[in-house]
Amino acid sequence: MRHTLRFLLGDTLQELTGVDPTQTVLAWLRANGHTGTKEGCAEGDCGACTVVIGRADADGAMVYRALNACIMFVGMLDGAQLLTVAHLAAADGTLHPVQQALVDHHGSQCGFCTPGFVMSLYSFYRSGQTPTRAGVSDAIAGNLCRCTGYRPIVDAALCMHDYPVVDAGDTAAIAARLRALDDGEPMDVGDGDRRFIAPRDLAGVQQALARHPTARLVAGGTDVGLWVTKQHRDLAVLIHLSRVSELQGIATSPTTLIIGGATTHATALSGLAALHADIGELFRRFGSCLIRNASTVGGNIANGSPIGDSMPVLIALGAEVELAGPVDRRRVVLEALYRDYQEQARASNELVARIVVPRLSANQRFGCYKLSKRFDQDISAVCAAFRITLDAGRVIEARLAFGGMAAIPIRARRAEAALVGQAWNEASVAAARDALAEELSPISDMRASASYRQRAAAQLLHRFWVETTTPETSTRVLAAEPV
Amino acid sequence: MDQPTPKHNPSARQPIAHDSAHKHVTGTARYGDDIPEPRGLLHTYAFPAERTHARVSRLDLSAVRAAPGVAAVVSAADLAATTNDIGPVFPGDQVFADGEVLFYGQPLFAVAAESIAAARRAAGRAIVEYVDLPAILTTDAAIDAEAFVVPSKTWGQGDPDRALASAPHRLSGRTTVGGQEHFYLEGQVALAVPGEDGDLLVHSSTQHPSEVQRAIAHVLGRADHAVTVENRRMGGGFGGKETQGAWFAVIAAWLAAATGRPVKYRLDRDDDMTMTGKRHPFVIDYDVGFDADGRIVALDVIQAADCGYAPDLSHSIADRAMYHADNAYYLGDVRVTSHRCRTHKVSNTAFRGFGGPQGMIGIEEIIEQIARATGLDPLTVRRRNYYGTENRNRTPYGMTVDDNILDPLTDELLASVDYARRRAAIADDNAANAVLKKGLAFTPVKFGISFTSKFLNQAGALVLVYLDGSVQLNHGGTEMGQGLHTKVAQVVAEVFGLDFERVRITATNTGKVPNTSPTAASSGSDLNGAAAYNAARKIVDRLLPVIRDHFDVPSEDAIRFGENAVHAGPRRLGSFADIVQIAHRARVQLSAAGFYATPKIEVDALGRGRPFFYFAYGVACSEVVIDTLTGEHRMTRVDILHDVGKSLNPAIDMGQIEGGFIQGVGWLTTEENVWDASGKLLTHAPSTYKIPVASDVCARFTARIYERGENVEDAVYRSKAVGEPPFMLSLSVLHALKDALAAIDGYRSAAPLNAPATPEAVLAAADAMAERAARRSISALPEPAE
Repeated sequence: MRHTLRFLLGDTLQELTGVDPTQTVLAWLRANGHTGTKEGCAEGDCGACTVVIGRADADGAMVYRALNACIMFVGMLDGAQLLTVAHLAAADGTLHPVQQALVDHHGSQCGFCTPGFVMSLYSFYRSGQTPTRAGVSDAIAGNLCRCTGYRPIVDAALCMHDYPVVDAGDTAAIAARLRALDDGEPMDVGDGDRRFIAPRDLAGVQQALARHPTARLVAGGTDVGLWVTKQHRDLAVLIHLSRVSELQGIATSPTTLIIGGATTHATALSGLAALHADIGELFRRFGSCLIRNASTVGGNIANGSPIGDSMPVLIALGAEVELAGPVDRRRVVLEALYRDYQEQARASNELVARIVVPRLSANQRFGCYKLSKRFDQDISAVCAAFRITLDAGRVIEARLAFGGMAAIPIRARRAEAALVGQAWNEASVAAARDALAEELSPISDMRASASYRQRAAAQLLHRFWVETTTPETSTRVLAAEPV
Repeated sequence: MDQPTPKHNPSARQPIAHDSAHKHVTGTARYGDDIPEPRGLLHTYAFPAERTHARVSRLDLSAVRAAPGVAAVVSAADLAATTNDIGPVFPGDQVFADGEVLFYGQPLFAVAAESIAAARRAAGRAIVEYVDLPAILTTDAAIDAEAFVVPSKTWGQGDPDRALASAPHRLSGRTTVGGQEHFYLEGQVALAVPGEDGDLLVHSSTQHPSEVQRAIAHVLGRADHAVTVENRRMGGGFGGKETQGAWFAVIAAWLAAATGRPVKYRLDRDDDMTMTGKRHPFVIDYDVGFDADGRIVALDVIQAADCGYAPDLSHSIADRAMYHADNAYYLGDVRVTSHRCRTHKVSNTAFRGFGGPQGMIGIEEIIEQIARATGLDPLTVRRRNYYGTENRNRTPYGMTVDDNILDPLTDELLASVDYARRRAAIADDNAANAVLKKGLAFTPVKFGISFTSKFLNQAGALVLVYLDGSVQLNHGGTEMGQGLHTKVAQVVAEVFGLDFERVRITATNTGKVPNTSPTAASSGSDLNGAAAYNAARKIVDRLLPVIRDHFDVPSEDAIRFGENAVHAGPRRLGSFADIVQIAHRARVQLSAAGFYATPKIEVDALGRGRPFFYFAYGVACSEVVIDTLTGEHRMTRVDILHDVGKSLNPAIDMGQIEGGFIQGVGWLTTEENVWDASGKLLTHAPSTYKIPVASDVCARFTARIYERGENVEDAVYRSKAVGEPPFMLSLSVLHALKDALAAIDGYRSAAPLNAPATPEAVLAAADAMAERAARRSISALPEPAE
């Protein structure tokens, strides 16, 4: 067990002990004079605090991801390289292409959001992807600018590769230094009873839980971070799951996709997108790039929010979760995990270890939809996912799953029953719509009224029917072109 | 002022990058919270009331004062000896609730402690008891209760009642528009540092340092000269830091004075959004008469502004809504009435456009109604109602529009957007698709430039020339990202014939230029640019005789400043630095204070006359698509042509045009303030309040500056103000949505759509239009046989 937190800030080794478990990376940076990184919202929704985290991958290459420093705890930096806006310009002051392009395209006005945009685009630049308007917009979906209207920022990103390449430093050396830091040891740092514990295997998680039964499990921290920054809750012990090897990665087979519980949405995205184009688009709209680089599939499930977008999709697909307790592992169908608001069929020492997602078969039709005030980086008013299995034009199985329509993510069993055994036609869909109105019980809140949710849920089922029966009909505003 | 057209080494007119761009992208630009913290710094937290309207029956702060790390606590009781009131014009805006809570989140007291966490924990120990009182939460309820922050107002011309009665066609209705959170990325912040003799230096994120200075002096009971307020830059303002910044600076200053220690007050995002004023929501009722050609002959319009609990600047904002009840249209016999409603909400405040957008939203809805009633294309109705150039050019407030370029702007944009073909193609697409409907709209903007409070139309500047020929510039305007400092420095560089880099821009500071106006009303460049021109020109005028005598130049007229040097005809007399040193040896003053007061403006006690020096114009054409199943929508193409006169800096002006437009689109579509039934704001963070993101901007988004533009008035280098006018071009998007909805009912009625047009609002309107269409088809059926 190591009691020192070790990471690189730029190329300078930091070795910290006595770290408060809930101190954020942003707070740590600013307290140490690195004020180029800004606080705009302290909830991961504006991106002014964006930093880039570099880690060495299995092949020894550096992988850079942009994250929100405001809801990331310092302990999560263990074994990583932290880069801020102060680290990009060359030693002689030459700006990085991302920076120079932003200057040349008048991409800053007030400048307060700019360090965040620079870091999101820097991460994009280092990813090697060819910038397209859609790709850039997605990369900066977690960065709010109130001044420019974004056009000059996107234009800058589209031509950042036209600038002379600047020396990126010796990334192999950085990777080697990070590998040298990674001793495989679990970490336990903190001050007295306030601990940040990062086990490396599931047994270590259970040991930590046994020692600290009231500890809070945390993976990406995109929700727990807000408990600290927004609710000002006092969390004495955090057990970090992101460095637990058994919880990482995705595995595919012809019939299933298996996702490790602490796999980030960013890592899982390609596997999910391969299941169905709608799923790819829905998870592209999940949070923002910055959030998806931190948030985990298992975390979203374990959190169990009625408005989490993972669950309706996975429930409609018939996914199962594998729960790992101190002794046993067991599998439950996902919808059975949720009993009532914030009440789960899961013991406090059971972790979401893996998610097993069946692939779609040829006789199945699938659609999923996310309704929100804004397309990107917004929490759903309604999330719906539908899978029907057809045999000779008749529905032999239906899974209609919703988020935002009840106190938990749910299946609409009555509407499903109204479809099963029926032809997939307007009349059966109408009957299912009527059933939805009876069984769904949404609330009114800041995102939408109950009546909108109720009507939109039914309309989405209708859209699914239109799309599966007359695919030539345009039904997606995001795909519509100007005349 | 009569400046020559810039021709030599023209710094003015160049698309120079924002002076801080390099610092923005490297994170080295310093904002209020980035200033290195002085030793002994205390941090502030203000405790928000958890009631909308209530009597405070008990406020016991003894446990707060005794909490660990607490240095001082302040509440209204502590300000009784001086004042708890920081109303900028009329009294009413309070530092702390004083026995009665007037909106949810109003602070009851503030704590200064060793850390923000300690301050917050200490505040939680307060014992507070309330007795709830009935709350007014809508303008209708306020009007019923005759609850106004300032009296209602009416003006107009002709006899609208008689004209309405005799109009060939007449219709009436109501439209509403929501408020808007500023969402400046940098929240409100103040850092107060005590000095000698009771002096205070206060770094404040404010658009109005002089007002912050005065507010602090009043609340502390000190002379203005004891308080210096400084700001180098803000991380966005948009009007939200015109008056509101004073509030937090006052609290920090009071705590600093009480403790003798430096005090910072930085609001976190939720407190900022809960406590500070926003754009005013409006309810607009209208009764309009028009002829068969869609021409307006009479209008009676009543605007009800939701001002919140206190006046702030609501009187001027509501005035500007009245001044823009016409937008670009001649209204005939007209009456405009304005109610400034008092509700139990935050004290609403300035926001880009300052009431103008709300005024325009009414008349554009009226145009939409007339178009659907007459079956004319809304663009046709708009053009028929445009102000004339020879006649039909008198506004309801008595000003003659004599710089009208609406027709040439409209013609030029129409020539590039293929309006007629797209209009037809959209009709075809809409007929073929039952789910998605497209919409197209073209809307104009005419926006009056000048503060409508005449005395504010003045500015000062201080220009210092050093012996190496470098120049330091200070003026009364503040930099919030709009590029004001860059533009004003360009003016000074132009006058001296220097490269832009030779002019150093410094922080706005009440110790350098006193008694300034806020940086607001789009006037920053007009006022401060002219004042800086005046200062630089004074220095040039002092240099000219020295140069003439020293170099034996026959006439001062032959002397030219350019290329960092001074010339007489073809002869280069010396570098600017050389000339400056010659002047210094001749004992000539090389610094000057400049001043400017806008000419020509004059209004009566009610505000009628010529409130504006000139108008800024623009036109936009937007296309959208809506989903009639869910109400989701997006814009798919936008074309803008905007008039900035002769631009001082086309790149910076373009940033204002595009950025203002997108901010306006946010106001009209995704940005929705939601309160619960008790009056508590639910949307107090970006997780719930949604401003546009990059993907909301369509790929086909083309903004152009009107190349032929030239201010007919003598504004600085014939430029025009640009901060606010483009915001209102976003109305084209709202009207494109209305056009798409109109398609559902065969363009036979106007859609019942209010702003913000969230998916929920669009779906409700789409359902209403579908019902109308269904009723028409039923009523079109033959009567069933008995």
